[in-house]
Amino acid sequence: MPKIEEKLIDKDGIRIGGRKFNELRPTKIQVGVLNNANGSAYIEQGKNKILAAVYGPHEVHPKHLALPDRSRLRCRYHMAPFSVDERKSPAPSRREVELSKVIRESLEPSIFLEYYPRTSIDLFIEVLQANGGTRCAGITVAALALADAGIPMRDLTVACAAGKVEGQLVLDLNDTEDKKGEADVPLAYMPNLNAITLLQMDGQLTLEEFEKAINLSLEGCKQLYNMQKEALKAKYVVLKEEVKE
Amino acid sequence: MPTFYERRQLVTPGDLVAEGNYIAGENTFKENEKLYATRVGLVEYEERRVSVVALKAFYIPTIGDTIIGKVTDVTMGGWILDINAPYLALLRASDVMERSYRPQRDELSSIFDVGDLVIAKIVSYDRTRDPLLTVREPGLGKITRGQILEITPTKIPRIIGRKGSMIGVIKRETGCHILLGQNGLVLISGKNLEDEQLAVMAIRKIENESHTSGLTDRVTDMLKKEKEKEGETKNA
Amino acid sequence: MSMIIRVKQKQIAQLMAKGKRLDGRELNDYREIKVEMGVIEKAEGSARVLLGKTEVLVGVKIEVGKPFSDTPNEGVLTVNAELVPLASPTFEPGPPNENAIELARVVDRGIRESKAINLEKLCLEPGKKVLVVFIDVYVLNHDGNLIDASAVAALAALLNTKMFKYDVEEGEIKVKPGYTPLPVQSYPIAVTFAKINDKLAIDPWLEEEQVMDSRLTITIEKDGKICAIQKGGTGYFTTGQILEAAKIAKEKASEIRKLVVKG
Repeated sequence: MPKIEEKLIDKDGIRIGGRKFNELRPTKIQVGVLNNANGSAYIEQGKNKILAAVYGPHEVHPKHLALPDRSRLRCRYHMAPFSVDERKSPAPSRREVELSKVIRESLEPSIFLEYYPRTSIDLFIEVLQANGGTRCAGITVAALALADAGIPMRDLTVACAAGKVEGQLVLDLNDTEDKKGEADVPLAYMPNLNAITLLQMDGQLTLEEFEKAINLSLEGCKQLYNMQKEALKAKYVVLKEEVKE
Repeated sequence: MPTFYERRQLVTPGDLVAEGNYIAGENTFKENEKLYATRVGLVEYEERRVSVVALKAFYIPTIGDTIIGKVTDVTMGGWILDINAPYLALLRASDVMERSYRPQRDELSSIFDVGDLVIAKIVSYDRTRDPLLTVREPGLGKITRGQILEITPTKIPRIIGRKGSMIGVIKRETGCHILLGQNGLVLISGKNLEDEQLAVMAIRKIENESHTSGLTDRVTDMLKKEKEKEGETKNA
Repeated sequence: MSMIIRVKQKQIAQLMAKGKRLDGRELNDYREIKVEMGVIEKAEGSARVLLGKTEVLVGVKIEVGKPFSDTPNEGVLTVNAELVPLASPTFEPGPPNENAIELARVVDRGIRESKAINLEKLCLEPGKKVLVVFIDVYVLNHDGNLIDASAVAALAALLNTKMFKYDVEEGEIKVKPGYTPLPVQSYPIAVTFAKINDKLAIDPWLEEEQVMDSRLTITIEKDGKICAIQKGGTGYFTTGQILEAAKIAKEKASEIRKLVVKG
């Protein structure tokens, strides 16, 4: 393989693809895209294409998994075999198992699980095309699928990663930046409670850099949060306009 | 004590609706004097009570509700029904049979079989058990004819309209008998298929435009126009 | 999940609000840590760690294998964790569940991101033959904080690892007499906090874990940089709590490192 000596960030601080250090990838979100699921949503963020669907709350099967005082959130994060450069086997990898767990844990605090004892809420996140930051985009779109299913929540959970590439702290790393960069910090956030519900990090950062990365990620989260709200309202706003004519 | 949204404004989960000495109504929750929406819906104020009329929610069984359910299983003691809720509902054999003998399973499926639609009332329900149904009252029992429509349960009140105005319009213009299950299932039975379809159209329209105003008039207009069209095709 | 007595649950939470713990520790105190190296002779390296009553055994095995296609000049590092059924009434036999997988991946991240092992030094024949380092974490008794115990045991096992001297002669791997230590160049230490009643307690023991709303693990490498972080559990942290934990983790990591790295 030929060695590509291309720098990821040029001398003016512009990243490959033209973004500044604190810019998100172009993002498009749609809510209510599948008609069988109780709730669904779809996100495109740069080259990421991720679909989330919710079934429930409904009776748990097998019965012994039922919790007496709350609903059980089950989450499956899965990547399609064709979603990455080298075909990925459809069997769940260890990474998918870990991500399913941390994603579930990032969304649980926002859901009023205690309202529906002995039921389960099943959340499916399918990554149709992956280019870095899929767990964050997955969380952002999953929160919308839950809202679309009419499941009551304290707040919308939103997620975004920040990291370090060629010595600079940047927001929303794509796959190349993540692989070649020095650190990646995925983070999920519930703005009303000022609560960070997912936090991971790999790479190397000093304490000061880490603090800056968190703040950068929170800025990205706030922008995505507004997009989430717009996407939820979009379905109803369009109808209101049509009706006025 | 500020409120941040006007009546019937659209909010999403986590939106701060009001702050101060308000009471948290439906689809809201209060934390530290701040009142937030928990679902996508329209804000409603009733004196100090702030609530959100959800545009999409699922049915939670309430004692006394009349619902339409589908039989999914026949057991030794009765029937299990899907009532479009997070929980399956139970109808005991003893509710239908007066005598206290032990019925054979065959006898039970001859009364209600898997796939049958039943109008029933919720007799009991709490957090520890599935809801229990009864078909003992008049008007309850197996559905033998008509069409079934499934809509978001929160829109049932909109279909009824203020003092029954909306549902009255539909019944009048289509001549159909309409039964609204609180769980979002609607039974329409009319003299013919066209009339029933008309009623379905009207209800779907209300469901899609429930968050707008002037709906009753628009529905009336639509029904009148459709009937004219039908009249023309018949005469052509 | 084994049920904790509700009264005890309350006790722990109430004490925590006052900054105290049921076993008498301060919020920032670790339980007693004992590290023993070289306990399994058949492994290339091994270590046994006791963190309070939590017991973890790590064995390192080294084999010759193929490199990954995207890193042809690097050896392979792989970490697996087994929550052995005898370690807890809540562990069941079978393939690793999400807890075992998370544990392995967090330990792996600390070692990999700190570059504790220089994987390029494990390359025998670029693109064809490299050394594969298997780190197997075996939890023998679960009394809380498996992550920190496993991470220390893994580091100690790596420091204990002696491997064969390999040579490539005419396309064949030959083993030369004698041993050479595995080249370890960083010393990652994981520090885990439990959040209980809005307080952060280091090194939660089992009953504290059953009461906590969430946990935060911060792995620090030898220069004081953060090389891995994992938030676990269903609760949340504020930015302030996270930054405070990171500061404390940095100090604590240096203390614990001294138990494993001599001199």
